[in-house]
Parts: sequence; structure tokens; C-alpha cells
Amino acid sequence: MAATAHRPTARKRPAGAPTREPVRRRGRVIQWKGYLYALPALLVLTVFLLVPLGQLVQISLFHWDGISVSTWAGFDNYTEIARDPRLRAGFLHSFVLILFFSVIPIALALMLAAVTTRAGRLRGVSVFRALIFLPQVVAMVVTATAWTAIYAPDGVLNTALRAIGLEAVARPWLGDFSTALPAVGLIGTWLEIGLCLVLFIAGIGQIPAELYEAAKLDGAGAVREFFAVTLPGLRGQITVALTLTVIAALRTFDLVYVATHGGPGNATSLPAYEVYNRAFGTGQVGSACAIAVTLTVVILLLTFLITKVQPQEDET
Amino acid sequence: MAERTPRHPRRRLIAAAALATGVLTGVAACSPGPSDGSATGAKTSGPVATDPAKAGKVTLTVWDQNTDPGANASTEALNKAFMAKYPNVTIKRVSRSFADLKTTLKLALSSANPPDVVQANQGYPDMGAFVKAKLLQPVDRYAKAYGWDTAFPSQLLDLNRFTPDGKTWETGNLYGVSQTGEIIGVYYNKAKLKSLGLPVPTTLTGFETALAKAKASGLQPLSYGDADKSPGIHVFGVIQALAAGKSEVRKLVFDEGDAKWTDSGTLKAATTLRRWADKGYLGSGFNGKSKDQAVASFGQGKSLFLLEGTWQSAVLAPKMKKNVGFTALGPAAGQPPLTQGGEGLAWSVTSKSKHPDVAGAYIDFLVNKNGMKAAATHGNLPALPPADHKPTPGTVDADILTRWKAVSEKDGLLPYLDYTTPTFYDTLTAAVQELTAGHLTPKAFTSRLQSDYSSFQNSR
Repeated sequence: MAATAHRPTARKRPAGAPTREPVRRRGRVIQWKGYLYALPALLVLTVFLLVPLGQLVQISLFHWDGISVSTWAGFDNYTEIARDPRLRAGFLHSFVLILFFSVIPIALALMLAAVTTRAGRLRGVSVFRALIFLPQVVAMVVTATAWTAIYAPDGVLNTALRAIGLEAVARPWLGDFSTALPAVGLIGTWLEIGLCLVLFIAGIGQIPAELYEAAKLDGAGAVREFFAVTLPGLRGQITVALTLTVIAALRTFDLVYVATHGGPGNATSLPAYEVYNRAFGTGQVGSACAIAVTLTVVILLLTFLITKVQPQEDET
Repeated sequence: MAERTPRHPRRRLIAAAALATGVLTGVAACSPGPSDGSATGAKTSGPVATDPAKAGKVTLTVWDQNTDPGANASTEALNKAFMAKYPNVTIKRVSRSFADLKTTLKLALSSANPPDVVQANQGYPDMGAFVKAKLLQPVDRYAKAYGWDTAFPSQLLDLNRFTPDGKTWETGNLYGVSQTGEIIGVYYNKAKLKSLGLPVPTTLTGFETALAKAKASGLQPLSYGDADKSPGIHVFGVIQALAAGKSEVRKLVFDEGDAKWTDSGTLKAATTLRRWADKGYLGSGFNGKSKDQAVASFGQGKSLFLLEGTWQSAVLAPKMKKNVGFTALGPAAGQPPLTQGGEGLAWSVTSKSKHPDVAGAYIDFLVNKNGMKAAATHGNLPALPPADHKPTPGTVDADILTRWKAVSEKDGLLPYLDYTTPTFYDTLTAAVQELTAGHLTPKAFTSRLQSDYSSFQNSR
């Protein structure tokens, strides 16, 4: 988290900042000794990350059931992702989840954070903060089980709906084709909102109080103050929140594994769930690896885009 | 080289990319999985040493799935008895739930030191794949030595047979034997059935009449919850067995002959299930209800019927006492019952086992008369019920024993449908949810199944 937050200042600037560039480039000699210090870390990284990653890519090029002799597949497993409607739908579902895991929590958390800044000094802020962060601390399996009970046909949600006369709206939320995916998504919203809010409240604490005073002196209202001071001041935190929540959305597995098994039908099947299912359930290890590689590339690409989109801090 | 100053980051990038490609190509040159043919730890043919006492000091690693209370108790008792009889043998038991076993057994079997005895699930996805990868050894010689080949009905043995290439099921070598039996049948609430003035149903038509009558009287006809996805297979399987008949279902699942999932019998079964859903026989919100919730609701007397496996009797009997009955339906009046079912996972010997003869003796200890008796006394349904095993009349266990005998001895046992192809469990469970929710027509449902089937047939 810290690394992502500090990255913009340490980043090499291509164009746009000509004053810095030549100084950094000229006369630079590779410090081979430096690599020696990095060697232990690099070794660990290679053994536990790069080699498995290489194997993942390797296996993805084969048809393999996990135990018997494998046969060369070339890019068959990758073209299958494009051809198989179920796998395509899986990727589509995870983009829907980004809406619920990232966009909605960040928007809500920004609003809530802005409101709390207006409140001035609050008693017991730390308790409040801990409470709202709680979903992040609870194990995902517990969360999923609890929400399954809430969404159940005779669960809390439906009972409440019936109690206020909304019998027609009550339904098996996780068993209904049209509501299963949004229902899973809302669990994500509940999970991520605390993380975003804690990040943003901390970020607002770092915004100089003079800026708010200046805004007040200039006669800015609450809305104006939010867009002129709070939002620009939180850009770093928003990037961090976006990165974390988008990754959380894309790699969602446990939630679906516990709550729906990808059902009803395949309405909530997700790439990460398919990876597990194909590797350990249906004996399509090559295909599972191809999905995993694709998912990794998609996540890398999106995180890269998020850091690119973020405006440079020193321009403000 | 230390003095080189890279002025061209791009060139460095290309070098890195080239290096990465080189490494990857190197990695890709060797393929995952065994090169071909696995080495075996000990002889897998020849005469059998039937006395483990003479085997010297042996540690036998056994992986089973007997985590349910009854099955766990009988396995523990038998293991203890075996070690007491042969003090030179130590049994190292690894017990996992069915789902956990299914996902980890492959890794364990293909490791350098696999367990000696494992419980392998029947069918192409598991046993077939293991046989194909040469991870299990044939147990025909033990079957002869211990008389399993005559003690078990042939349809129970055939379920554990595969050709050595793992491509054809139900024929070829024997790769294990099972200790327990199981069928899917109809649990009924005796008091409610009586108050509706209905007889215990014997055919699908009779069953549907009872469903309709219950619905009309305001009673929930069937407790059904398919959120876990597996109950869909059972309910559809029971209907299909009766609608399509045994020869067609066997052809489909065992992949013998030219039967298709789009044939009229399966289509009729799909239409029937859809009708039940449409008429409300399955209740509402069943795709969001868990299997346990459905069983519990039947146990509380909230419905007339429950279509479930014999393993649920341990849950229902304590709650409903003698008010619960169990039966299996026949295709027509007067014909023997026909239903989905089978036997517990097969006890098999791995190819790399260093003590196959001790493993064989251990398996016999589980499935001989004494083993079957131990299974029965702990509340399990033994595959070969001992003659002196008589549950109290009027209990659901007595019903189950009668039905099991009728089905297994009169050739009425039909294989579970998810045995069909490695991906069939996924395909079928998802399709059943869509069919019952009205998202798939019966016809589209059958072609979905057929397309999975034909891609498997083409790949073999």
C-alpha cells in the first residue's frame, strides 16, 4: 500500500519535467554491488513467485488433466476463453463486480468522508473508524456465510420485506437469476466501503487546515469546498483505494465459492472460481492456468491504467 | 562489463524480453505430467500373500472419506481391530470429506509417495482418470483370493471395472470394492400421507398424483433446495431413470452405444421436472435454499415428500422416529424399483504401494462379513447386508434395507449422472437450475447436456 502511495514522486518522468531528467540520467553507472544486496530478496521472489508463474504459463499451453500425460495445446486454451460463452460471461461478471467493489464504495466513502470533515471534532472517532473497518477484518468465509443467511428465502432480508408489506419483492436473492450477481456485489460494497472510508478520513487529516479556512473565507459552500479542496487532496488515496478494490473485485473467489457455487446456472461464475473449479474439480488444468494467466494480465493492465490515469501530484 | 553504461533503456528492455522468452521456451520444452507410464513400487501381479502377519513391519497409509459420524465410527472400529489382529501393521488414516477428497486425491496419487489404499469415486472423472494415469492397480487377484468376485452382485462389481487404458467403464479389470450401498429414494411423511388418504407411491405417475393432491390441499408436496447444486442431479436422475428406462440411462452414462441426451426419454424427464417446478411442487425459491434447509423442513413435517439419498436417514430418523418411511419407485406397477444409486466409493490399491498384499488384506477386512456387520451396526447401509442384520421393523432403516435389497439384487441400480464426463457435474447442475427456473426449455436443456457429452466422446 505504502509503495503504491509513494510511487508517483519516485517515478521516472518521460516528458513534461525536463528539468529533472538530465540530472538523473547523466553519469549513472550501474551499481552491481547494489544488486548483490537485493539478491536474497530476488532469490525468494524467483523461487516462490517467478518460477510458479513460469510454470503457470507453461501448463497453460498444454491439455492436461492433472495426472496423466499432457498434450501440446498451443494457444487452444486461450482461444477457448474467447469462444466459451460461460468463460466470457465469467469475465463480464467480474467487470460488473468492479462497479460494486470499487465505484459504489469509493463514491459513498467520499460522500461520508466529506460529511465527517464538516462535523469538526467528534467524540470517539477511533471507535467509529474501527467499527466501519470491521468487515475487512472478518474472514471472507464468515462474511459469505452470514450474508447467505441474510439473503436466504426465509432469511432476515425477506422477513423484513414481508414485515413491511413488500411480499412481492421478497425472493431467494442468491438463487434468482436476475438478482444473484448484484446480491454478491453488494456484499463486496459492504466489505470495501470501510476500507475506502478509513483511507479517505486519514487522507483528509493530511490536507492543511488553511486550505479549508481559505475556502471558507472565499465563501465556498459545502459542495464547492468538497470539489475544490477535499477531492483534489484525496487523489492519492483514491488511487490506492481504486487499485485495492479493483483487484479485490477481479480475484473474488471465496465469496462465490461459499455463497452460490457460481449459480444459479452460471449467473455468478467468475474467472477465479473457474480457475479453481477447472484445476481441482473437472481436471482441465491447462485451461485453468490459461484463465489464471489471462486474469493476471487483466489485473496488471487495469492497475497500470489506474496509476496512469492518476494526475501527477506535483502539478497541483 | 561493470563499466558499461546502458544509454539505451529500450535495448535493455529488448534484452530482458528476449531473456524472458528464452526462459519460457526452455520451460515449455518439457511438458507437465509424467513422461509416460508410472513406475510401480511393488509387483502388481502373481500370487497373493493373504496373511499380513508375515509381512513384517508395515505402515499402511489409507485415505478415506468417512467423515460422517456413522461411517467414521465403523472405520475407526475396523482399523483398530485390524491393528489388534496384526500388531506389525500400523494404519495411518487420513480422512477427508467427499469434496475435499475429490480435490486433493489427484495430487496425492500423483506424488512420489502416494497412500497405499484410497477411496476412489466411480466413473470417468475420477476412477477412469486414475486408471488412465496408471495410478491404481487392478485388484482382480485379491477378488479371487478373498472371494469378492462371488460375494458381490455383478452390477456392483462392474461399477468398479475399467479397461486398463481407463477409456471404457463397466468392463475390464476390477479396481476396487465398496463397503456401503446407497440409493436415492422417496422419503415420505407417514401421518401426512395417511391424512391425505394416499397410498405409498410405487410409480412415477402415482408419485405425481400424490404431489398434485398435496398441493391442492395446501401442503408443500416436496422439500427441495438446490442452492448447493447437487440435489438437482438426484431429483432429475430419479425422474430420468423412470422416464427413460435403465438401458437408455446406462448407455448414456457408461457411454455404450449410440444413445443421446436429446432422446425422448431424457426429454420427457426434463419436461416432467419443469412441470413440477411450474406447478409449484418444488416450492418457491428453491434455487436459493440449501440442501440442509430442505431436509430440515421435511424433518419438521412441513412437506409430504423428500427425494434424497439413503445417507439422510441418520438425520431424519432421530427427528421423525417412526413417522418417516422410505421407498423407491418403479417404472410401472408391479415392476421392481429402479433408481439412482450405487455403492460407496471403491477401496482401491495404488500402483506405487509398497505393500499391495497388506492393502488387499485390509480391504478384505473392511468388506468381508465382519466388515459389513461393523458398517451396519454403526448405522450405515452395508453393500452386502449380513443375513443376521435386522433393523427394528417400522423404522426408516428397515425400509431402506428392504429397498436396497430390491434395487441392488434385481438389477435396478442406475449410475449417478455426473459420472458421465469430467465436466458433467458442472454442466448438469447448472442446467437443472436453469430448467427449473424457467430459463431453459426442456429441449434446450437436453441439447446442453448432449453438447457436453459429444465433446467428451470426441476427445476420447
